[in-house]
Amino acid sequence: MSALYLVAVGSVPDKVWEWIENAAAEWFPLPIQHLPGLSIPESAYDPKRKQYQSVDIMRMLAQCAPHDNSRVLGITDVDLSIPMLSFLFGQAQLDGPVAIVSLCRLQQEFYGLPAQNDVLRERLAKEVLHEMGHTFGLVHCPEQKCAMSLSTHIGLVDEKAERYCSRCGLQLAQRFASLDGGV
Amino acid sequence: MKKNWPILVVDDEDVMCESMAAWLREDGYHVDTAPNGQQAVELAKATDYAICFVDLKMPGGMDGIETMMEIHRVRPDASIIIITAYATVDTAIQAMKEGAQEYIVKPCNPQEISMLVSRILKLKKLQSENAILRKKLNRQYRHHDIITKNPRMEEILSLTQEVASLRSTVLIRGESGTGKELVARAVHFSGNRAEKPFITVSCAALTETLLESELFGYEKGAFTGASGQAKGKFEIANGGTIFLDEIGDISPKLQADLLRVLQERRFYRVGGAEEVQVDVRIIAATNKNLAQEVQEGHFREDLYYRLNVIEIRLPALRERCEDVPLLAEHFVQRISSELGREVHGITPAALKLLMAHDWPGNVRELENVIERAIVTCRNGMLDEQDFSWLQRKRAQQAWEIPDVPLGELERRAIVAALERKHGNVKEASASLGIDRSTLYDKLKRYEISH
Repeated sequence: MSALYLVAVGSVPDKVWEWIENAAAEWFPLPIQHLPGLSIPESAYDPKRKQYQSVDIMRMLAQCAPHDNSRVLGITDVDLSIPMLSFLFGQAQLDGPVAIVSLCRLQQEFYGLPAQNDVLRERLAKEVLHEMGHTFGLVHCPEQKCAMSLSTHIGLVDEKAERYCSRCGLQLAQRFASLDGGV
Repeated sequence: MKKNWPILVVDDEDVMCESMAAWLREDGYHVDTAPNGQQAVELAKATDYAICFVDLKMPGGMDGIETMMEIHRVRPDASIIIITAYATVDTAIQAMKEGAQEYIVKPCNPQEISMLVSRILKLKKLQSENAILRKKLNRQYRHHDIITKNPRMEEILSLTQEVASLRSTVLIRGESGTGKELVARAVHFSGNRAEKPFITVSCAALTETLLESELFGYEKGAFTGASGQAKGKFEIANGGTIFLDEIGDISPKLQADLLRVLQERRFYRVGGAEEVQVDVRIIAATNKNLAQEVQEGHFREDLYYRLNVIEIRLPALRERCEDVPLLAEHFVQRISSELGREVHGITPAALKLLMAHDWPGNVRELENVIERAIVTCRNGMLDEQDFSWLQRKRAQQAWEIPDVPLGELERRAIVAALERKHGNVKEASASLGIDRSTLYDKLKRYEISH
């Protein structure tokens, strides 16, 4: 049976799982299951940039993905990047089974501010909806309040709502209805 | 998926290609990747990429600049963005000189790259819309609004095609409303300047000083209110055509300035010390008899000969009355559709009435008359009732002598006699009280075809 598999990549605080489950349960008709945590592959670390290449982590997560309509969502605390870009909040395979979200730049501490759980919860929920939306074929949305709008800095994450716009929501619902074998 | 704008990422590092492509796909683009220049060029042959991200340093085979040049050879419109981790001014300058649109140093901020892509694609969208509009204009002005079965007009239309791709100056003569601007546009949009600007200047509408700055532009401080440099119509029209309407009305000083532009294609902006060089085709138009204006000392002879390289004289509508029904039907279709009125045509009796009118305002007057009739029309066809006001106007004008030179009165009398006698010169000369050879002389002098 298809499911949304959540997996910790590196060390992830326990508090975040409930937030993620609540956000996902509202939008995705998939049972949520947890996989054993994974270590970050050494090859992912870029000592020059002191960041982790998301491609290596995505490849590792792809090995966990079953061949059905399941999705694997990795959550990590490290700072992600790709060679071309200086950082990523998360990444997903468009219309594919794997996505990852990094907590690093969603935390107030990254910007030199005191930790705030409610801020982190909200940002994390938005990024989970965003990356999961990509795995179900949604692309960036021009509606700035939509969870699928592109966020190139933390201010834009904060401007989004914890929901999809009606167009993206409808597209997502149609996608679930058309999936072979159901979800 | 934004399928209209495919993107290519070229890099020898698999991770770079894969991650960049994944990131762009999230934005809805169709993205292909190539590990080297050769494969990139092969892909570009098959797909019209809007943007190609090309890594500058690729070991073995073609480097980024060579790859960019080869892609440009097969896809001249592709925007190339050179990517490098080795930021040096020299390579940046070389890449830009060879035709790169942008130059970025990796890693860059996601916002920077997102804005760069959307800026380039916005420009491409505008360029593509512009090309579509130009094609539409081209089609519209090729011949579509010049409706005729008059042999002389047909000759003029074929002349516009012959001279369309030359740079020679064209002088269009004709009464007001005969379609001088339409013919000028037909010349421009049929030639190799069609993709470049067509700029119209109405010389009669502006004072000498305003016209001078309008044509040649001005420098900051050239006059009170000149707060910055401004380009004139000649500069804006560079590469294309400038249409100088009512050229017979310009002042002697501007005649001298214009002569210089015609001779050298150079001029000074008002208040400027630097020469500006342009490649502009000039089409001039007038409703005056410029040769006569030269004889009377109102127009420079040297300028007249410079302008009069190719002369097109447009006949008045009364000289091509066979076109009245065609034009009338054309205007009914066009204007009724524009105004959203259900008018399908003109009755034969109404057409007869229109053909009997002498149309001093020419095609423009006919167009206005049809529009007025469509607005007041009560059934689906324009009939005599819809033009009754035209009959009254005609009756009022019958005994009025128009304010025109004597020669023009004579020309009109000859045209009217020929119309009454259906082109029969013998009968027309008899009705005018002159012999046939005198009438032939006058037909030649007034350039009347019969």
